[in-house]
This record gives sequence, C-alpha cells and structure tokens, in this order.
Amino acid sequence: MKILREFIKMVSTFQNYSRYLVIVLFAMFLVACETVPKESATSTSSTSSTAAVEIKDGVYVGSDTVEMLAIDVPDRIFFAYDSYSLTKAAQNTLEKQAKWLKANGSVTIAIEGHADERGTREYNLALGDRRANAAKDYLMTQGISFSRITTISFGKERPVNSGSNKKAWAQNRRSVTVRTN
Amino acid sequence: MRKLLLYLVPLILITNISYALIEIDITEGNREPLPLAISEFFHDNNPEIIDKKITENIRTVISDDLERSGLFSSIDDKAFIQNNRAMHLKPRFADWRLIKAQGLLTGELAIEEDRLRVEFRLWDTFAEKEIEGLVLITTIDNWRRISHMIADKIYERLTGEEGYFDTRIVYVAEEGPKNKRIKKLAIMDQDGANHKFLTSGKELVLTPRFNPVRQEITYLSYFKNLPRVYLLNIQTGIQEVVGDFPGMTFAPRFSPDGGKIIMSLAREGNSDLYVMDLTTRVVERLTDSPAIDTSPSYSPDGKRITFNSDRGGSQQIYVMDSNGRNQKRISKEGGNYATPVWSPRGDLIAFTKYYQGQYFIGVMRTDGSGERLLTENWYQEAPSWSSNGRVLIFYRETKANDAGDGHSSSIWSIDLTGFNERKIITPVDASDPSWSKLIQ
Repeated sequence: MKILREFIKMVSTFQNYSRYLVIVLFAMFLVACETVPKESATSTSSTSSTAAVEIKDGVYVGSDTVEMLAIDVPDRIFFAYDSYSLTKAAQNTLEKQAKWLKANGSVTIAIEGHADERGTREYNLALGDRRANAAKDYLMTQGISFSRITTISFGKERPVNSGSNKKAWAQNRRSVTVRTN
Repeated sequence: MRKLLLYLVPLILITNISYALIEIDITEGNREPLPLAISEFFHDNNPEIIDKKITENIRTVISDDLERSGLFSSIDDKAFIQNNRAMHLKPRFADWRLIKAQGLLTGELAIEEDRLRVEFRLWDTFAEKEIEGLVLITTIDNWRRISHMIADKIYERLTGEEGYFDTRIVYVAEEGPKNKRIKKLAIMDQDGANHKFLTSGKELVLTPRFNPVRQEITYLSYFKNLPRVYLLNIQTGIQEVVGDFPGMTFAPRFSPDGGKIIMSLAREGNSDLYVMDLTTRVVERLTDSPAIDTSPSYSPDGKRITFNSDRGGSQQIYVMDSNGRNQKRISKEGGNYATPVWSPRGDLIAFTKYYQGQYFIGVMRTDGSGERLLTENWYQEAPSWSSNGRVLIFYRETKANDAGDGHSSSIWSIDLTGFNERKIITPVDASDPSWSKLIQ
C-alpha cells in the first residue's frame, strides 16, 4: 500500500521519536492524505517538478560533480544520509568501473569514502570507511581482485561542494574511485 | 617546555580559621560575579620589572583569568581609594568595602639572584582577614605562569574547587576554503597566550588529545595518505605512529595513567575499539560488533570506558568495563548521541547530541539519567572538560551559504551550569579542542 510505505519512509527519518509522536504523526498524515487530492499526495515524494530532479530518495542523481575514468565510466557513486547501501544507480556505475578495470588489467585504484558535514567528525570517518568498502566489496563481486583496490576514508574533511544545503550534502555523500597508477 | 623551578612557601598559616568569609557556590549558575580588587604588585622601582611591565602584566593575566570564569569581576583600579604599598601589610578595609570589593589581592615583586620573587595576599574585606598568601619564586620570564597559578589559588580559596588557569589547549587550526582546508595542530595557554603551531599543514591532522601525565599528544594524521594514530612529544617534536594496524586507526584517547591509547580501528568497513599499551605495545580488542564503535573515553579511575555506537540502529552512548565486558547503552532521550567524555570528577558524561536538525552539547550521569543540554546550535561537537570538571570547551561551525562562503569554525567554552558561554579567540579558525590537566 503506497500510502503506508510513504508513512514508513517519513517515520524512519524520525526514528528516535517516542511512539506517541509516531502515532500523532500517523494521524496527521492520514488527515493530510484525506484533504489532499490523491495525485498530488503521491507526487510529493520526489523533488520539485520544475527543476531537473537532482536528489532522489536522499541520493544525488545529477552529474555536476562526476568525472569520468574513461568514456562512460563515472568515477563516483552517491549515498543517502547516514547510509552506505548501494542504490541501483551506484551498482550500475560500479559495474561500468568493473568492466573498465577488467579491460585494463594493470590499473590499480583507491576508493575514497566521504560524508557530508552533518555528523561528528569521528563518526563520519567511520562512515566514509563503510562507504568506500561498500564500493570495494561490490567491485570484488564483479570479479575485481582486492589486491588492486585500496580504500581511504576522508570522513567529512574533503567536500566537493562547500555549501550547507541539501544538494551540497547529497553531492558530498560519495565514494570516488581514483587511479593509483 | 621551559625548565621551571618553583618554590611554594606558605606565608601565613591561618587560612582556614575563618569567620564570615567570602565564598562562592559555583553550582549555583548565573549568580552575580563577586567583585574583587586586584591591585598592582609593588616593588622597589626595579628597572627590569618596570622594563618588562611585569607588574601590569601579572595584574592583567590574573584579572582576565578570574573574569573569564564568570564568577568574579575585577574592579577598575581608578576606583581604588587606597593604592600604596602599605596595603600589602594591612589594608584599610573600610576603603575597600566602600568601593564594594569583597576580596582584595595585594602583592610584592622583587628580583633576587636573577629570579623573580612574587608574594601575594588575598584579603577578605568584610572579615578583615588575610585568607590566602604565598611566595612564589621562578625565572623572570615565567611571570605569566606565576600569574595563572595565583589566579588558580584565588579561585580555589573562594570556590573550594581546584583552579584550571594554569592549563593549555591543543586544537586543530584551520585555514582556507572548506574543500581545500589546511589543518595544523596548534597549542596555546588556556587564555590564548603562547600560541604555537605544532605541524606544518602538509598533512591533514585531526582530533588531538593530551596525555594526562606526560608532555605528549596523540592525534590522527594522514601522513602518506595512510590515516593512522600518532604520538607527538611536545618537548622534542618527535612524532611516531602508534602500532602497526591493517587499516585506519582514529579517535585516539589516553588512559588516565597516560600509559595506554584507546582508539578505533576500521577494517573492511567496520570500526571497533582497541587499546594499546604504550610500553609493552600489546594490543587488545575491546568491542566486536558490526557497527561503528568510536569516540571512546575512560572514566577517571580507568575502570570503565564510554563510547558511541550505532549498533542499535542509531548512534547512542554506551559504557563498558575497561576490558570490554558489560557493554550497555546509557543514552535514553530521543536523538543521536556522540563523542561522550567522562568528567574528571567521574560523575558525569559530556556529549554531543543531534536532534531535529540541531546540535547540542550536554551532560548526563554515567547511567544516562539526568540529561541536561547546555547549548544548542547549527553545528557543534567534541566537548572537552576543564581539569576541575566545571567548564567544557567544544567547537562550533557556522553554516555556509549556497556559494560555500560564510563557513567558520571556532572554539567555545561554557560552564557546567549552562551559563558563561564564551568564544575562545584563536589566530585562525579552530576545531577539535582538547584541554590539558593542570601543568605539573
């Protein structure tokens, strides 16, 4: 049921509220659903319809900051807030990287894990490590030897976008594959 | 550090025979500061003392220390009715009461055999008594430390708690745009004096912490692009990597005896806590969860450790025995919690809390009860305690605009009471502060 799924998504961002508040929120949500026409209620999940969609489900899907390792081989993947799970798009990018690495057997790489500025420095170092390793693990499942991959976490120390807004944070939550030879 | 020879000579031993003596209850919070008259220290027109402005400097350092604590105010010396050497022997108390001074500091300076002799007395103007007095002898250039020690003595006598002015802060000095930030280790006295950079900025360095017993700092360095925990001897400048680990080590802290370093090791995307004995180099693993376990801190008796972990789904604060047993979550209220730091008194844990888009510095008891939030802001984290457990320093960042400008980072202090919030002035932007114990 779509409405319920929307609600769960909403609640999961408030996961630390007391059960009380969750119930209140659900009630409010139902009221909102009843008063708003069905079409607009279901379309509010994505970002505004006028500008090109750059953030989907909290993950950056644009290409402003992306560089190419080779033709059609993007160098980076993006993550949701405080997450290290790979989106379909991220898996797709890593598959392209794997293909490129197979075709260029001597290339070695480092995967840099990064976080946005929201969150303590030390936690973000660990989170960056998680992200870099999530990418590494996926490349390994695609047949790339671990011996060709090193990882390094920069936590929140090296943003690509210095702004303090949703887009900047989404662009900064990333892992970047760089050649080391 | 300069070699310090110091003699403490008790001057008059009547300090504890008191009647209606002035006292401050510092648990009270936003009380009116206690007015003190801090007089200049007299001397026999000594040219070196005059030349080096030692009289003025000592007075300024003492009154700045005391005023910054928020507990005292220093009365402008233009208001002084009596201002002559005789008052060091016997002040005209009525004159001081008239200008509302509750306490009066007097002193004398002399240079004897190339050493500075500083004698001071603290008077209770209402009880008409001397309540503290000492002679301190040191090298002439050491007037600043002597001033901090006198301020500590005054604080101690009037609050009943140990002072914290003769201390230093190590922190990360930051320069340049956010995406190309240059970070250096820097050290300074608690009041910002004697500022010194300890690293060049060539490598990214983060999260320094003082060794509680030695002139040593542990920190994270990206030397050769291998993020590892390092040790730096402040006196010799010698740096060494701590241990030989197969992945990033980070979030280092010393044990209370200074003999061990506890830190996180990240391996294959999983961060756990390890402790290394600096003498035997033996490494022990303390946590083994698939979650992020980091930001550890020992209790002052070394028997327990607090840390943050997201093993329950969100970042929370945990405590465990120092051998890793009995791991238990203590943070209970809503929100994410991080960077727990055990207070030097042992009864509280300071932390960073993230709740509804805002960051808080707060304290809770060691069982997680009695949570009290001291300050709220757009971004702040990493509290560090004063040696007496009455004040916290932390760093705060401002929000950048969409062009990435307007971001800054600075160190702040706040009393445990939640009052007396102050920015600590540094030559450049600052983060990751760590406050030393009283200098030995």
